[in-house]
Amino acid sequence: MNRKVFQLLVENSSGVLSRISGLFSRRGYNIESITAGVTADPRYTRITIITSGDDEILEQIEHQVEKLVDVRNIKVLEPKDSVYRELCLIKVEVTDQNREGLISISNIFRANIIDVSEKSMIVELTGNQSKIEAFLGLLSNYTIMELARTGITGLSRGSSDVVWLED
Amino acid sequence: MTGADAMVKSLEEEGAAYVFGYPGVAICPFYNSILNSKVKTILIRTEQNAAHSASGMARMTGKPGVCAVTSGPGATNLITGIATAFADSIPLVCITGQVNSELIGSDVFQEADITGAVESFVKYSYLVKDAKEIPRVFKEAFYIANSGRKGPVLIDVPIDIQQQEIGDFVYPEEVRLRTYKPTVKGNALQIKKIVHELERAKRPLICAGGGVRLSDAKEELRGLVEEYRIPVVSTMMGIGVMATEHPLYYGMVGNNGFPWANRAMKEADLIMMVGARVADRAVNQPERVMKDTVLIHIDVDPAEIGKNAGATIPIVGDAKHILADLAEYEIDGSYEDWIASLEQYRAEMPVVRKPVEGYVDPAEFIRKLSFKMEDNAIYVADVGQNQIWSCKYHVVRNGRFLTTGGMGTMGYSIPAAVGAKLACPDRQVVAVCGDGSFQMSMMELATMRQYDVPVKIIVLKNNYLGMVRQYQHFTYEDHYSVVDLSGSPDLEHIAAAYGMHFLRIRDMEGIDGKIGELLQGNTSCLCECLIDPMDLV
Repeated sequence: MNRKVFQLLVENSSGVLSRISGLFSRRGYNIESITAGVTADPRYTRITIITSGDDEILEQIEHQVEKLVDVRNIKVLEPKDSVYRELCLIKVEVTDQNREGLISISNIFRANIIDVSEKSMIVELTGNQSKIEAFLGLLSNYTIMELARTGITGLSRGSSDVVWLED
Repeated sequence: MTGADAMVKSLEEEGAAYVFGYPGVAICPFYNSILNSKVKTILIRTEQNAAHSASGMARMTGKPGVCAVTSGPGATNLITGIATAFADSIPLVCITGQVNSELIGSDVFQEADITGAVESFVKYSYLVKDAKEIPRVFKEAFYIANSGRKGPVLIDVPIDIQQQEIGDFVYPEEVRLRTYKPTVKGNALQIKKIVHELERAKRPLICAGGGVRLSDAKEELRGLVEEYRIPVVSTMMGIGVMATEHPLYYGMVGNNGFPWANRAMKEADLIMMVGARVADRAVNQPERVMKDTVLIHIDVDPAEIGKNAGATIPIVGDAKHILADLAEYEIDGSYEDWIASLEQYRAEMPVVRKPVEGYVDPAEFIRKLSFKMEDNAIYVADVGQNQIWSCKYHVVRNGRFLTTGGMGTMGYSIPAAVGAKLACPDRQVVAVCGDGSFQMSMMELATMRQYDVPVKIIVLKNNYLGMVRQYQHFTYEDHYSVVDLSGSPDLEHIAAAYGMHFLRIRDMEGIDGKIGELLQGNTSCLCECLIDPMDLV
């Protein structure tokens, strides 16, 4: 099983996300995470999908997705040539005793404390998935009350494979 | 001009001659506007058959077939027909009425989320929210349906959008789709590689699929075959690309194909799949069959290449263009020894049937029928044992062989034959079905009568769902379950009720004369052939 990050450029039209997720579910492809958002050109949406499968399946995914009428292009974001980021919000149960400890771990990870109450704090962390996993690992002595992750989004490095959109 | 007027005008612009359908309130504005148009309407007797008839017409004209039904149950009934066309890559434009756009999502009377329901069976779908978009949507729909890998496109139009005033009608001259650009021309380097591999090959074999017909590449393929004397087999959907009795054609492959054709697939050192998707019924266990074979895979759909078998030379594009480009090369190859072996296999591996006396032998009947049919006749096979016998024993000369290979939808033959006959009124059209599949589309006899569509219908009657019975014979040791068709109507009475000529053939005695009688004249005929209930394909 290999893991791949696909980036899709698609028409920003109603139903496009369901067409893509529907394709994955009916053909039995796996989605680990999917994120979508409009691009600088409002006619298009960029979708980032993490999926896994053997090489043949991954190749099929690429072809089947590309075939959809609404898909402008699909490319693989290779780890070495790309940057990935995920946003994670973590609501942690705190006491007077362990509050300071959480603040210092958050500082080390450049995470932001965005909400504080008597018994809880919300930490906002952005990074690649391994950074987020590492941070969550350090919270083993805390109680995580709620966790929200966006799934990753990414871009390839440099300007060599930019798709310029015509008018 | 209203949205409905624009829908009809768009069909006129696309040259659609017929609309097959079934009205209901939600599509009534469209059916009201079409009265003032040259586009003819056919009231089919159930919506599924509207898609099948449109499919029969599309396959004969090379243009998308059109059907139009109402919202809710009308639309959902259409789904099997759409899925059938999708599996066989047949271009359709399917129009559905929808409830008032402001009520969508509130579960009002006859509301169904049809664009959602057909998502996995269409190439694309539209839910029109502004009538001004109708000309663009129709232009795109016809283009998408009939380009690249062909298939059905659905347009869902709410009733208020059909009633909306749009001002002047302007049909776009060209399609502007930013995200849809199918590949037509094959990569020149890959074509060169094909030449190289054909020159190295000792035992090359071409496997022709339905894509050859869809891209109208029959002449190009025959040219290649005849110039270099390369043997050919076909998939079910590729039947008729080569004349059945062409000396270089070795018939259908697959688990229902001919043993020598399958042996050819196993022994070939090069297989060139043209417009065929290496589907499970055609090539069982492709990784075994093609282990040491050079596989050239020509397909317009890049997703088909490598899906079921890894190709040595993948080549994406339209078969007609690729074969025409290939014809520019001189190929230095001679395969006479291979042809001699194939001839030997064909002679050594005869298909022996032991027909039971006192019945019509479907194999011999279909063979004889073929030669009595007009040279360019259209033969439509249904699904079941009748389909396999038709595939194996029908002899195509300059005619067509239509069937549904992908979805295998029972009841396809009669409505498809209606569509084919309306497309080609001067050609003889014969639909061959079983007594199970006949009863799935029997209601279309009324359509044939109403619009005077003279189709010859042959029912191979064994009082069983024969294909399933055969499966239960082998797999469940004759433990037959729900395959007995007792209670079926007397077809003589059915024919009389619909004003059709009727003929019952009980056995092979005087068979030539009876076939002559059933084919006589450009009139409809219902012919019942009594076949051995225990017969196997």
